[in-house]
Amino acid sequence: MKTVGIIFITAIACILPFLLPGNFYLGIATQILVYGLFAVSVNTLAGYGGMVSLGHAGFLGIAAYAYAVTSGTYGFSPWIAVGAALLIGTAAAAVFGLIALRTSGLSFLMITLALGQIVWGVAFRYTDLTNGDNGISLGRASVISADPLTLYYVCLAVLALVMVLLAAFIRSPLGAAIKGVRDQPRRMSTLGYNTWAIRYVAYLVSGFVATVSGILYVQIFQFISPHALSLTVSSEAVLMVIAGGIGTLFGPLLGAGVVVLLKNVASAYTDRWPTLLGCIFLFIIIAMPEGLLPGSKRILAGMIGSFRKGAAPSASLQPTSRAR
Amino acid sequence: MSALELNNLSKSFGGLHVISDVSFKVMEGERRLILGPNGAGKTTLFNLIAGDLAPSFGTISLAGEDVSALPTNRRAARGIGRTFQILTLFSGETVIRNVVLASLGRTSRRWKPFGSLDADEEFRASAMEILRTVMLDYIADKCVSETSYGERRRLEIAMALAQQPRLLLLDEPLAGLSKEERKGVEGLLNALPRSLTVIMIEHDMDVALGFADRIALLQNGKLLVDGSRDEVIADPRTKEAYLAE
Repeated sequence: MKTVGIIFITAIACILPFLLPGNFYLGIATQILVYGLFAVSVNTLAGYGGMVSLGHAGFLGIAAYAYAVTSGTYGFSPWIAVGAALLIGTAAAAVFGLIALRTSGLSFLMITLALGQIVWGVAFRYTDLTNGDNGISLGRASVISADPLTLYYVCLAVLALVMVLLAAFIRSPLGAAIKGVRDQPRRMSTLGYNTWAIRYVAYLVSGFVATVSGILYVQIFQFISPHALSLTVSSEAVLMVIAGGIGTLFGPLLGAGVVVLLKNVASAYTDRWPTLLGCIFLFIIIAMPEGLLPGSKRILAGMIGSFRKGAAPSASLQPTSRAR
Repeated sequence: MSALELNNLSKSFGGLHVISDVSFKVMEGERRLILGPNGAGKTTLFNLIAGDLAPSFGTISLAGEDVSALPTNRRAARGIGRTFQILTLFSGETVIRNVVLASLGRTSRRWKPFGSLDADEEFRASAMEILRTVMLDYIADKCVSETSYGERRRLEIAMALAQQPRLLLLDEPLAGLSKEERKGVEGLLNALPRSLTVIMIEHDMDVALGFADRIALLQNGKLLVDGSRDEVIADPRTKEAYLAE
């Protein structure tokens, strides 16, 4: 059933550009893929590792700036810029992880917030390198492709590859250890696991995925400014993860879809789209506290169960204790 | 040779002395019972031995090696396994996955980033063997959250055994069990190999006294009596401090 669903969604994603009315909507679909990948990176840390970060936009931004400076400012080929961005973004995650993982819980949240704000401050003030608030614009020659259709498929292919690798990683012994440290850190230490090192690996993997999303971000917008590193972007990613289903593989993609669609489509009709976003988020929290994906599964299972019993389909809106 | 040696072990939280100047030896293969009234410092002593707490003073030696400064995971690698008074299981996972995760902790395969945890036949087979020992093989693929309390208590022991420890610390393994379930766990404890050194905290005197070779009695964090089972039972201080309760 799950495999059929994944094949169906992948098939829809493959033919989607031909179903959309124009490049505007194709651009939104591409944004969903990129923000979805970014949300997946936050979910790797928060959902599987149990560490909620409010500074993850820092990695997206560092990678995007590294790409923009290497390719745009210094004129290296886009592929060299991709390599440089991957290296610099992951190295930043390696350094930040050493600092952030000295803490846990609320302190971890605050230290990641502080680290994110430092990166934002550097992007804002180090104008010689980043062009400050004006940001860096890239020409068509500085990106891998400027064609919206090609960019859509590049983003889709990268997202699919990351999801396949991540699914394998989460099922692996190391993935199981990451979830074990999230649930029972004391037990894991007693079993011989180095809990700090396992958390650090989760942080690195998450930082790497955020780095990849940063490289895609700069491809689709051909522009990077301090806004991309802001607290708002980090918070939105956490919102996407919670809305879609924290600790689920595909939930963050669904959450990203909801947030990006609301931002881009609803804002065309009303200036009060953040209020609408807030109301939708409230509805999700009340009706499906476990997130859209697990919540929809629960409701669907309830409806199927009722249908099989021959009763009128009436799904409970209350989550089961296990779903909580 | 001593499996464990505590020398002048002390632990304070601010001005509160939870463990004060405790020294004793546990020989290889010995069954040692730690007795004491509530608040005597028994679980704190286990936390010090396992590495969850750092001693304020004194040393802990495991088979002659000073492990006082080692973190919990490195002490586990040297052969200390333990169970917890409050169950600490992975309740969202299956019974066998809990044991496999425990077995993996002692191998370098715990760092493997690819390949399914469930596909490792060698680990699954060894986990099944342990589950058979604790009589949980019939619920191997059941989710822990769907098991009974007695089954979870036995799973706690199974996870500690999966580590293949040299020294096993059992913190109230019979707590909360019915009379029938106690019999099952008692049989399991008596069947543990004699090569394994076991230190146990337990309040069920019928089972605990039958199990122990030697007993250490704690009161207010101090070692009140230490000796063979019969010596400690006969000691008037034991009756006054604990058995009279």
